[in-house]
Amino acid sequence: MEQNVSNIKRLSSPIAYILSVCGFFVLLFMVIGSVYYATVAVDYQWRWFKVPKYFMYKSTVTLYAEGYGEIDTIAANKDKYDITVTTDAGTRTYTVAEGTFDWTEGDMVAPGDIIASYEGGWQPGILAKGLWVTLKISFIATIFGILLGIIGGVARVSNTPVLKWSAMAYVEVIRGSPLLVQIMIFYFVLGTTMNKILMMNGIPKLDAEWYGIMALSVFTGAYVVEIVRAGIEAIHPGQVEAARSSGMTYFQCMFHIILPQALKTILPPLAGQFINLIKDSSLLGMISIRELTKATREGITTSLQTFELWILCAILYLLMTFTLSMCVQYLERRTATK
Amino acid sequence: MIDVISIYKTFYVPHEVKALVDVSNKIKAGEVVVVIGPSGSGKSTFLRCLNRLETAERGQILVDGVDIFDPKTNINTVRAEMGMVFQSFNLYPHLTVQGNVNLAQKLVRKRPKKEREEKTRMLLEKVGISAKAKAWPSNLSGGQQQRVAIARALAMDPKIMLFDEPTSALDPEMIGEVLEVMKTLAKEGMTMVCVTHEMGFAREVADRVIFMDEGMVVEEGTPEKFYKNPSHDRTKLFLKQIL
Repeated sequence: MEQNVSNIKRLSSPIAYILSVCGFFVLLFMVIGSVYYATVAVDYQWRWFKVPKYFMYKSTVTLYAEGYGEIDTIAANKDKYDITVTTDAGTRTYTVAEGTFDWTEGDMVAPGDIIASYEGGWQPGILAKGLWVTLKISFIATIFGILLGIIGGVARVSNTPVLKWSAMAYVEVIRGSPLLVQIMIFYFVLGTTMNKILMMNGIPKLDAEWYGIMALSVFTGAYVVEIVRAGIEAIHPGQVEAARSSGMTYFQCMFHIILPQALKTILPPLAGQFINLIKDSSLLGMISIRELTKATREGITTSLQTFELWILCAILYLLMTFTLSMCVQYLERRTATK
Repeated sequence: MIDVISIYKTFYVPHEVKALVDVSNKIKAGEVVVVIGPSGSGKSTFLRCLNRLETAERGQILVDGVDIFDPKTNINTVRAEMGMVFQSFNLYPHLTVQGNVNLAQKLVRKRPKKEREEKTRMLLEKVGISAKAKAWPSNLSGGQQQRVAIARALAMDPKIMLFDEPTSALDPEMIGEVLEVMKTLAKEGMTMVCVTHEMGFAREVADRVIFMDEGMVVEEGTPEKFYKNPSHDRTKLFLKQIL
């Protein structure tokens, strides 16, 4: 395929080709270099070594005394110590390692005193959590987006006004307003009313995350409807005639003949749509969902590592979208021979 | 078996064309009817009306006594009894050869897996293509694709087969293999309505030849009478042009 698109490669000499490749890398280094030079010029302190803790860090566990009282006993328990503390809040026993505390039996304790402090296990950092939320939201919204898109697309090509017009109205309304506004409406209008109704009926209310997922699915679904419609309309009418003339019903024909073929041809535009979905999920920070972008913003407010964290954030999005696009290319290659 | 009673059909797009004007015919069980005529004469429209791929605006078509243009008729059960073969094959490109033959048996006839696989194997053997059972349609020649399409239609055990110019899209060297299959079918007593330009086939196999022009049946009769002694001037001109 690629050789057919351009025959410049064949015409040009090998030296010109190598020079051209070199030119690309020169440009790349010029861009990176000028960014670096600019940050040096404004005296920015790069502290990449501090970045890993936003993914994983060792937590510190601190045990506080719960009231006024005293240390009853400190007894060895295998390689650890049992500290029994009696306070006006009751008697408690803490099992801690040696060197994590500084008490002797009979010492008085007051509320807020540190009984022991030691390093806990590994904890996911704020960026890791944000990444996970973004992945989860994107994944669920993709599934609902595909479902909405296929249902809407099939409705869009039907001859029944109720289905066709509903699908058309859905597409036009959703495509005609900004996603950010829709997210606000889903959370502050639909979310408020729905949660109130749920609570009045004694059902626990839904998280902001679910309203975010709804907004993203509905938004993406509208675009997928149009993609699916284009895919269906591109199928040769002879396919429908062959299927229907063998006695298949409209829906059998749709689900066994048309959609399998249509979905194959619309894989590239679908991939683009879902790459957009991953990126659009960054807007959900507006309704206090701590996805990757909001997590980055929060990380920056505590660390002031603005440059590193925003660059990192962009790279993480790039990794997600690139992986998705590779998966779709693999799918395309696998279905291409058929 | 099929009773066509004075059907009319007009196309308005891209411009008004009278495709069928007062066409009536009776097709008996076991009969092989060949419909010929210049392009645009309405012969394909006539054929497509027989299983309601087109609807006539006036007139009736009774298939075994069932009025197929009646909205109350379940057209799918009528169509299941009529196999159709198209000019452009229309094999399902996302299914293998055996997948193509299996699908309607499964969805429409609800045959158990073993039974339909046995049927598919038998039919692919009959049309001489069992070696390609697992191939994809795009890897087959036109003649092979058309034979698979015939097997796919036969898999429904139809009472009648409709052929819409089955050899027109084929390279000349492949026409023979498809006609061979159709001749075998005719000899087995299958009821067939066939729109074709293959005069040799019409002469050899047809029980009756219908000549259509400008949406009307100009002349019909046995092949001998039709080719040796056409009564109509329009028929004479057409035969002179193509023979």
